[in-house]
Amino acid sequence: MENNKPIVEIRDLHVQFHSDDAVIHAVNGVDLTIREGETLGLVGETGAGKTTIARAILGIVAKPQGEITQGEIFFEGQDILKLHEKDMRSLRGNQIAMIFQDPMTALNPIERVGEQIEEAIGLHNDISHAEAIERAMQMLELVGIPRERYFEYPHQFSGGMKQRVVIAMALACNPKLLLADEPTTALDVTIQAQVLKMMRELKEKLNTAVLMITHDLGVVASICQKVAVIYAGEIVEYGTLEQIFDHPTHPYTLGLFGSLPKLDSTEKRLKPIRGMMPDPTIEIQGCKFADRCEYATEECRARHPEIYTTPDGHQIRCLRAGKEGA
Amino acid sequence: MSAPLIEVRNLKKFFKTGRGMLHAVDDVNFTIEEGKTLGVVGESGCGKSTLGRTILHLLDATDGQILYKGKDITTPTRKELSALRHEMQIIFQDPFSSLNPRKSVSETIMEPMKLSHSMKKQEMIDRTKELMETVGLAERFWGTYPHELDGGRRQRIGIARALALGPRFIVCDEPVSALDVSIQAQILNLMLDLQEQRKLTYMFVTHDLSVVKYISDDILVMYLGQVVEKAPSDELFKNTLHPYSKALLSAIPVPDIHANNELVTLAGEITSPIDPKPGCRFMARCPYASDRCNEPQKIEEILPNHFVSCCKCREINNL
Repeated sequence: MENNKPIVEIRDLHVQFHSDDAVIHAVNGVDLTIREGETLGLVGETGAGKTTIARAILGIVAKPQGEITQGEIFFEGQDILKLHEKDMRSLRGNQIAMIFQDPMTALNPIERVGEQIEEAIGLHNDISHAEAIERAMQMLELVGIPRERYFEYPHQFSGGMKQRVVIAMALACNPKLLLADEPTTALDVTIQAQVLKMMRELKEKLNTAVLMITHDLGVVASICQKVAVIYAGEIVEYGTLEQIFDHPTHPYTLGLFGSLPKLDSTEKRLKPIRGMMPDPTIEIQGCKFADRCEYATEECRARHPEIYTTPDGHQIRCLRAGKEGA
Repeated sequence: MSAPLIEVRNLKKFFKTGRGMLHAVDDVNFTIEEGKTLGVVGESGCGKSTLGRTILHLLDATDGQILYKGKDITTPTRKELSALRHEMQIIFQDPFSSLNPRKSVSETIMEPMKLSHSMKKQEMIDRTKELMETVGLAERFWGTYPHELDGGRRQRIGIARALALGPRFIVCDEPVSALDVSIQAQILNLMLDLQEQRKLTYMFVTHDLSVVKYISDDILVMYLGQVVEKAPSDELFKNTLHPYSKALLSAIPVPDIHANNELVTLAGEITSPIDPKPGCRFMARCPYASDRCNEPQKIEEILPNHFVSCCKCREINNL
């Protein structure tokens, strides 16, 4: 998989939002590569910048308050940040598609679900209306919904079914890259399990590259091959599923695992990460995690840690990484 | 032995809808001993929140009995109800919508004390300071408004407010669901500390099975208004007997890549809780369903202290 062609390469991405009296540093120098056919899990807490990265790839960072201040995003070798809106529109929904978190608000309540899928197909493909309808019906079947339900409205579907419709819509033009923003968070666990299973099967069938945004390490374990952990707008750890789950190294990643109640353990108290994520309006000199880190030293607060890469490609943004005893 | 702190007998709560009676809570029985935690799990719409709210009289029960320390409190008078509010409180799910945006932190925590007319002003101020310290809110937040705070701190306000009158019993309705994992762990630990210090009794309502296992002594699994399985926490996870509980447990994504858990996928549509048929409500999705399941199901003690409502339970589990 290492040799697969990169679909997206993000280099040194910075995104800021401007409020009346402050600048919010949402994404601070993110480098990330997603290769063909790969599912990359982007894990982090609320406000870490996960969704902003996805929106930047899709070119829909809210304007004028949001701004990509620095960096490049290459989609199949082309810097899409330099594209004109007209060219970007032909990529969006066609080559790059997004599944939003909440299926209840992602669908138009007064349009039949089939027509909503057909619309995307008709827009990006030079085919007849009848062909587009047929294709939309096939998409419904692909996600396990009978084609007869093409003519129904969103309110006639359950939450899990609506999310399937949203997935069908995203996959309708056979995109090369799928941005899935917490696609199962709003669903019940039994329904979540069904949707995840379906996404795994579809990915094998269609070989789509997926950026899976989630806060749930359980979801990551069940669907991803690569994992990037993001904290305060920076990637703090990146590696294969095995590297992250068997050898979590960054203190924040360790903290995330320690915060989870485990089904198979008898421990009486969780080990939470103390404190909270730093205020994104304040620029921090050193390591952004230092205030919550039990290993933090003076050096950590003074010097911003660079990425340390192990010989087998496991990346850690921590001064302790690679040193004795770490 | 003294009476359990909470006892619920054949509790029912129905809602009238345009299409018929919605059976939100249908014939639920359980007891909670003082100082213990009962976890109530189930998916959205199973009636777990309605159950908590009915016990607290935020909703009126349709039928059945609620006993507090052995005394029937199903239909309290106004005076009795206001006395009960000192004993029983609730922590809500959403720390964003359960706080009044126009009341500061201290005003919010003081509100129950004011309403109870039982304390002097200085007493209330001292008590509020003490509560803020207990739940880990710095005194500098005294005059702060909820919108200035993050979810974890807001939930701490909700907890302080619930503790204001020194209750014995607290219904915790998904108190950590809206929080990030690192903050979730802080709040769960706080709740366990408080339980130890104050001998509190909790009813912990949640859809998150790993949280419920971590915090509960006993667990109740609900499906469409009914209890399908009830057992001590460890026992339930070790010996899961009801087909629905099995499916629910297998569906949790485990943050462990070496875990080898077989997913029990549920097919079929969820039965409507409006005027349901007398048989097993899980039948339509159950892989073991047969004709017998059309009969009303009785909850039985299958193993010591382990209750299951499934006529095929022994057969499925080779018992």
